[in-house]
Amino acid sequence: MTQETVAPEAVTPETVPAETVPAETVPSAAPTSEAAGGGLLEVLSSFVTELRSAGIPVSLTENLDAVEALRHIPLEDREAFKYSLAATLVKNYAHWKAFETVFEVFFSQRGSRYRLKDDDDGSGAGDVIDDLLGSREGEGGASEAMTAEELAEMLLRALADGDDALLRAIARAAVTRYAGMEPGRPVGGSYYLYRTLRQLDLDAAMDQLMAGAGAEGERTELEERLEREEYQGRLAKLRAEVEAEIRRRLVADRGAVAVAKSLRKPLPEDIDFMHANRDELVALRRAIAPLTRKLAVRLARKRRAGRKGPLDFRSTVRHSLSYGGVPADPQFRHPRPSKPEIMVVADISGSVAAFARFTLQMVHAISSQFSRVRSFVFIDGIDEVTGYFQGTDDIGEAIHRINTEADVIWVDGHSDYGHALEVFWDRWGKEVNPKTTILVLGDARNNYHASQAWVLSELANKARHLYWLNPEPRSYWDTGDSIVGQYALYCDGAYECRNLKQLERFVEQLG
Amino acid sequence: MNVAAADAEPRFASPAQVREGLRGVGYLADDGIAGVVYLGDRLGKPVLVEGPAGTGKTQLAKSVAEALGARLIRLQCYEGIDESKALYEWNYKKQLLRIQSQRVASSEHQVGEGWGDVEEDIFSEEFLLTRPLLEAIRATEPVVLLIDEVDRVEVETEALLLEVLSDYQVSIPELGTVKATQIPLVFLTSNNTRELSEALKRRCLFLHIDYPDVERERQIVLTRVPGISAALADQVVRIVRSIRALELKKAPSVSETLDWARTLLLLGISNVDADAATSTLHILLKYQSDIDKAAKELSATDAAPGAKAR
Repeated sequence: MTQETVAPEAVTPETVPAETVPAETVPSAAPTSEAAGGGLLEVLSSFVTELRSAGIPVSLTENLDAVEALRHIPLEDREAFKYSLAATLVKNYAHWKAFETVFEVFFSQRGSRYRLKDDDDGSGAGDVIDDLLGSREGEGGASEAMTAEELAEMLLRALADGDDALLRAIARAAVTRYAGMEPGRPVGGSYYLYRTLRQLDLDAAMDQLMAGAGAEGERTELEERLEREEYQGRLAKLRAEVEAEIRRRLVADRGAVAVAKSLRKPLPEDIDFMHANRDELVALRRAIAPLTRKLAVRLARKRRAGRKGPLDFRSTVRHSLSYGGVPADPQFRHPRPSKPEIMVVADISGSVAAFARFTLQMVHAISSQFSRVRSFVFIDGIDEVTGYFQGTDDIGEAIHRINTEADVIWVDGHSDYGHALEVFWDRWGKEVNPKTTILVLGDARNNYHASQAWVLSELANKARHLYWLNPEPRSYWDTGDSIVGQYALYCDGAYECRNLKQLERFVEQLG
Repeated sequence: MNVAAADAEPRFASPAQVREGLRGVGYLADDGIAGVVYLGDRLGKPVLVEGPAGTGKTQLAKSVAEALGARLIRLQCYEGIDESKALYEWNYKKQLLRIQSQRVASSEHQVGEGWGDVEEDIFSEEFLLTRPLLEAIRATEPVVLLIDEVDRVEVETEALLLEVLSDYQVSIPELGTVKATQIPLVFLTSNNTRELSEALKRRCLFLHIDYPDVERERQIVLTRVPGISAALADQVVRIVRSIRALELKKAPSVSETLDWARTLLLLGISNVDADAATSTLHILLKYQSDIDKAAKELSATDAAPGAKAR
């Protein structure tokens, strides 16, 4: 019987996501095979299409599994619905965030039957929510039930008590009041988010919360710290609620497919080093630790796998003596794969700093696979920073020391590859030997200084390998002041290294 | 693919029931965990459990087995594991004995058995040593199969698992195909030290178990550490959350939280202050650099603590 309410409305694309949301359209019916058909199936297939466009590989079998799974779960349970889709469609935790975003876009419209009070666990906030809802239903702002001060006060209360239902209601009211959303306006969700959050002034709320909590009595540093983290968690929750509310309205305005497209973000392994924003950098930092661990395991295994070499004839004859001359126990040579000595020479000027950081981190994390790793950083002067990594296990601290202590400025703090390479050759050139592999990291944007490419030609002669890693897309090479072409001439290879995937691939073939 | 799944008796009626069952044996599952376990049973698919060490991946399989009253069959994976350790092996010594006794008998009585009889005889079930996978397939009583740390086997060996995981059968050249009489509930755990093959992942439901949120972890501490006060449990999990937020080599796991709570209880500490926390940090953290860092953070008496926010 629920089927009838779904199918006819599911024809126009706009109403599909809004009306086929399991949470509302299927009140409590036992899941039947029909429930997984019709409109829902349609939404599901455009959902999967969107997942694929976001870069998540979803195979046909997995798609079928998802549909199969939906037959078994109660569709009115939104959490269960979400987890059964996740379990069948997403098989890599790094893709979870992307999945969640797409899921939120496709399956979060609230039907008319949705009531906030359902979430209210009797904490006495019911009447307050009614007030807020009153202001919400009078959209347009004419009959606003509350003043801005009242709203701010309520926000404080909700944060202090950790009342999730109230927070959600406030998020809704705040979006109605502050975001100024108009249908058809070609503005991204982040603009509305910024507007709303600025008006709510969360920093001030945080200060007030801390002050309010402090008034109750003396607290130790530790307690204060825990307190602050608690509130930060709640603020993050509020922010997520506001975001969700804005997204929901955008979807209602433009349709799920369009919104999902605008929200599409690169997966962590595809994030471009040079254009990563703050959140993406955090995601990168998180992604790199497991990645290097995997890489180290893989390299160690590779080394172990090739342990048996060709037959060692002398040793076999020697061992055959104990069997009366019968070579019953063949002996093999143990090949000793050479462990290269790595020298990393990295440009750490602003534009490529993130790239240098991740490469240094990755190389040092798997330093056990090399006989020695030495690091040099430069902008227009050059300095050795190997020591910073040795004193500590903490890569973050080492990077911090590099940024603050290393002597990398010679004249003006603009990249000068020529001078840096020249100094490198003078000071460390004689330590380069046939076991050394040199990696130069940088975009080779030389600010029109002299290239001094002869240094690389000398290095290439002395070292075992010389590689250039460039975080710029290949199509940008040798445009403007980039002279990577002049350097690449002498290198064994110049690689484009824009994201973790490419970096990982390169480091793996190195070990 | 899942022909047998439909007619098998479902073990659970709903995700909620999974949750209740697990709670009964002291495992607090969240919605995701309960839902995926339920689906694994309903779809007759193995569940691949991934997540940081010490978040209860192995414990989940054990608890499910306990909740169902089923036997737990465990295959611990390691590098170099092969067919004879995972699937089955012919009992070579017993086969030899059989042949020899045959020879003795025939020389005494002068009546020989044909070659075919002997061959058929020594490749019969009597001479088969079952290893965990085959054992789980052949079991007639309810079983839960746990394939632990599946990421430790080589990519090539992974293929061994595929037949068992998708069709619940094992092909033995000398005997034929052994089909499962019932579909066992299968859990695979992975510490994610390498990417598992697509083929394996496709056959499984995926479940990522992360560190629990404060509320759930507090419940876990309260259930698993008898005698702990609610206030202390609350402090413990909040400090642990605070430590997890730091950039560490190895964040404290749930099992380490429990150890820490037990330690505090034993030491008779009812209110954790910075000193008590730093002096027992080695229970939570296993790297000296991590301990130093956390100790510095927890006892930090900086004048402007707000500066560090986010």
